[in-house]
Amino acid sequence: MSEFNYDLIVIGAGPGGYVSAIRASQLGMNVAVIEKDNPGGVCLNWGCIPSKSLISQAQKFTYLKDLENMGIKTDASGFNYESVYKKSRLAAAKLSKGVEFLLKKNKIELIKGAAKISGNNTITVDGDKQYTANKILIATGSRPRIIPGFEFDEAGVLSSTGALNLKTLPKSVAIIGAGAIGVEFAYIFNSFGVKVHLVEMLDSILPLEDKDASDILAKAFKKNSVKIYTSVKASISEKMSSGYKVKLEADGEPEFIDVEKILVAVGRTPNSDNLGLENLGIKTDRGFIETGDFYETSVPGIYAIGDVINTPLLAHVASKEGEIAVEHMAGKGHEKRVDPTLIPGAVYTEPQIAGFGYTEMKAHEAGFPVKVFSFPFRGAGKAVAVEESDGFVKLVCHEETHEILGAHIVGKEATELIHEILLARKSELLPEDIAAMIHAHPTLSEAVMEAARGIEEWAIHV
Amino acid sequence: MAEKLLMIALSPTMEQGTIHKWHVKEGESFSTGDILCDVETDKTTMEYEAPDDAVLLKILIKEGGQATVGQPIAVYGEMGDEISDILRELKEKEDTDPNAENAGAGERDGKNKTAVPEPKPESPESSSGTRITASPLARKIAGEKGIDLRRIKGSGPGGRIIKKDVEAFKPSAIPSISSNIPISGDDTKIPLSDKRTIIAKRLSESKYSAPHFYLTLKADMTRLIESRLRFNEDHPESKTSLNAWIMKLTAEALKRHPEINATWNSDSILKFFHVHIGLAVAQKDGLITPLVKAVEMKKISQIDEELKVLIDKAKNNRLTPDEYTGATFTISNLGSWGIEEFTAIINPPGSAILALGAIQKIPVVIHDQIVIRPMMAMTLSCDHRVIDGAAGADFMKTLKSYLEDPALAMI
Ligand SMILES: Cc1cc2nc3c(=O)[nH]c(=O)nc-3n(C[C@H](O)[C@H](O)[C@H](O)COP(=O)(O)OP(=O)(O)OC[C@H]3O[C@@H](n4cnc5c(N)ncnc54)[C@H](O)[C@@H]3O)c2cc1C
Repeated sequence: MSEFNYDLIVIGAGPGGYVSAIRASQLGMNVAVIEKDNPGGVCLNWGCIPSKSLISQAQKFTYLKDLENMGIKTDASGFNYESVYKKSRLAAAKLSKGVEFLLKKNKIELIKGAAKISGNNTITVDGDKQYTANKILIATGSRPRIIPGFEFDEAGVLSSTGALNLKTLPKSVAIIGAGAIGVEFAYIFNSFGVKVHLVEMLDSILPLEDKDASDILAKAFKKNSVKIYTSVKASISEKMSSGYKVKLEADGEPEFIDVEKILVAVGRTPNSDNLGLENLGIKTDRGFIETGDFYETSVPGIYAIGDVINTPLLAHVASKEGEIAVEHMAGKGHEKRVDPTLIPGAVYTEPQIAGFGYTEMKAHEAGFPVKVFSFPFRGAGKAVAVEESDGFVKLVCHEETHEILGAHIVGKEATELIHEILLARKSELLPEDIAAMIHAHPTLSEAVMEAARGIEEWAIHV
Repeated sequence: MAEKLLMIALSPTMEQGTIHKWHVKEGESFSTGDILCDVETDKTTMEYEAPDDAVLLKILIKEGGQATVGQPIAVYGEMGDEISDILRELKEKEDTDPNAENAGAGERDGKNKTAVPEPKPESPESSSGTRITASPLARKIAGEKGIDLRRIKGSGPGGRIIKKDVEAFKPSAIPSISSNIPISGDDTKIPLSDKRTIIAKRLSESKYSAPHFYLTLKADMTRLIESRLRFNEDHPESKTSLNAWIMKLTAEALKRHPEINATWNSDSILKFFHVHIGLAVAQKDGLITPLVKAVEMKKISQIDEELKVLIDKAKNNRLTPDEYTGATFTISNLGSWGIEEFTAIINPPGSAILALGAIQKIPVVIHDQIVIRPMMAMTLSCDHRVIDGAAGADFMKTLKSYLEDPALAMI
């Protein structure tokens, strides 16, 4: 018998924690997961999954217009947002149960309660029960960040969690922060007919994305009457009975808008407090736990992954980091850390945006000789046929070797299309390989092929 | 039905071979087991035996040409079989294969205006599993830098060579033979034979990974010479060589010093049960070390017989891999060139090699008298990871005593 209760204890059952636990169990470890809430973490319960459920229903709602264009008389008067809400909760609940089942199937103990690390190998749950483990993995995730003046009450001033928990739609909303979460909610609300004001402090929506890509989304938003304010600082100037007066300050005269609710989506705060890290000397930086190779903290044997460390706040990043950490514990892995240029990012608005690696600008900044080709969706028969011709596939390549440095897709199904290029990049295939591969016609994937051909100077449909 | 005759791996390590000679001409028939051609592999020349009774319809790789394992070298079948389909298929493959020598370069890379064809890293296309796996990007960069992918160890999935590996590759540590003295006349560039490449690789690997140290002493060969003379006079039909005697006595000494008959395994040291002694044999175009197995169990006459056969095969490039791999100890004798003494590079997996100089009559002091004795200098190169100075010295002391008085080896 080992001197510890478990080979590994994972704190948090989000996509970081539960995937790590299952991987560790596959590798022969005796594992427990401690979770204070529902299994699945933010992603399944208050993030990726319910938001995608709402987005899909929002999109269906917009089809009403398409049906009207066919002469069909529609009547939306019976529309009840609560049933939309319930569906999103059902999806979350189903998947959370699914995680519970997967843990059980892999003989992983799920311990309910809030964990605190009380020694190098000891964890205290809810202040009394103690468990010991040879290794500890911290996967406690993050929570919505509060900015002064916009403290959440989840009634008028909402976090993303509060927004996902709305059972009725407001008439109007100001969304502060136009990152992935902000624009996704802008799409949802706008599609259901809510007046949306999208406010961003930097100079464009999705400021970290490829500029051409975010421009297309901005255009689509404007067409659907989303008000976009960039390079603008927002503050609440007045709380009114019907909502808020929000002050928007740019260079010139401040502007005021009246909205029923405010959604604040300006980043996330890591859940590293109340974990007992200080007692062990585990270092943090602005709350993010610091880790080295294989995501080991400054205390050997204790690892941290996912939203609680300072890497892209994405579910698939959390899972991959967890896999690397536990494979290292099992003496199996060879990858030290996730290569940031191989992380796909996805935004599920319509049009969708997906990308990885260097944007054109970042590639130039990094000093690469760059060759870029952007193939417009309207050159792909399928996109025209299904009336989704806004978009493009853009490849950012090394000018001499044509190595794929990054790719950015906007348009229908962009979040699925990106993976062909990412696989190419990961396996060091070249644009010429994609260019030479037969793609079924008509598909949106043909746009990927054409972009690759463009790099090789022989795109056909331009 | 005509079929492709593929290059096969004629030795366990063979990745490609050079067709040395075709024994069957186009249009000639052959039977199963006939020698179709001689193939120069990484170590030696091997015979390619016919797999079937058939007619050689077309030779694809001419004498002197190279083929990787799995690559078609000829087409065979019945007289009159149609082979144009096969030839067309092969031609097309060559044209579309991105790795085939500059095939379709103009079409693939229209704006590449350089007239000089870029050196191609290698030609890995083959139907068997032995092709070199490298990512297209790695191939491209290697091609641009003129790096031979076969020299690179891959770190990608399944050992695949990726960009990082090519970028980290340092061109061979073997210094190139170039002169900076300004004299007129063109230097001759000799393309490396497979054998040269292997010799270069193995020896530099040994020299750079095994920390060598050297122990030299001289042995008085008077008695051994006498014993051998007497034996050879008594058995004129089976005269024995000096090498056979030295080999036997060395094996006896190794039996008493098993720590010398061992190898470095990075996480352990492996002591060999048997003593397999290799003997370095010079060839026209290199050298090879055929070995006599389990020398400790054999009589000198037996060792000698085996040596004769092995040396003959070695000189004619006819050794099978089994006959030259796995020496636990090696002897190199440059005595017949008049070399007085020298140091040799260890031949893995052995951890020591014995370099023998010429037996020379020189004045030595015995019992305070100057006398003339046939002395032989010998230098043991040891891998310090396995053998310490004192252990090596002990072994040399024993060996010297056996050479000076062979009877001691019987005790
Ligand atoms: C609205 C929204 C939409 C999103 N959409 C996407 C998307 O489309 N794609 C994507 O990749 N990412 C998306 N994300 C981000 C994604 O949800 C996170 O990156 C992901 O959940 C991080 O996983 P994690 O395992 O690190 O942490 P979490 O999912 O946050 O899980 C941490 C878990 O640890 C538990 N916990 C914390 N402290 C303790 C403790 N002391 N004891 C016990 N348990 C504890 C928590 O209860 C939680 O269940 C979205 C996020 C939001 C908010």
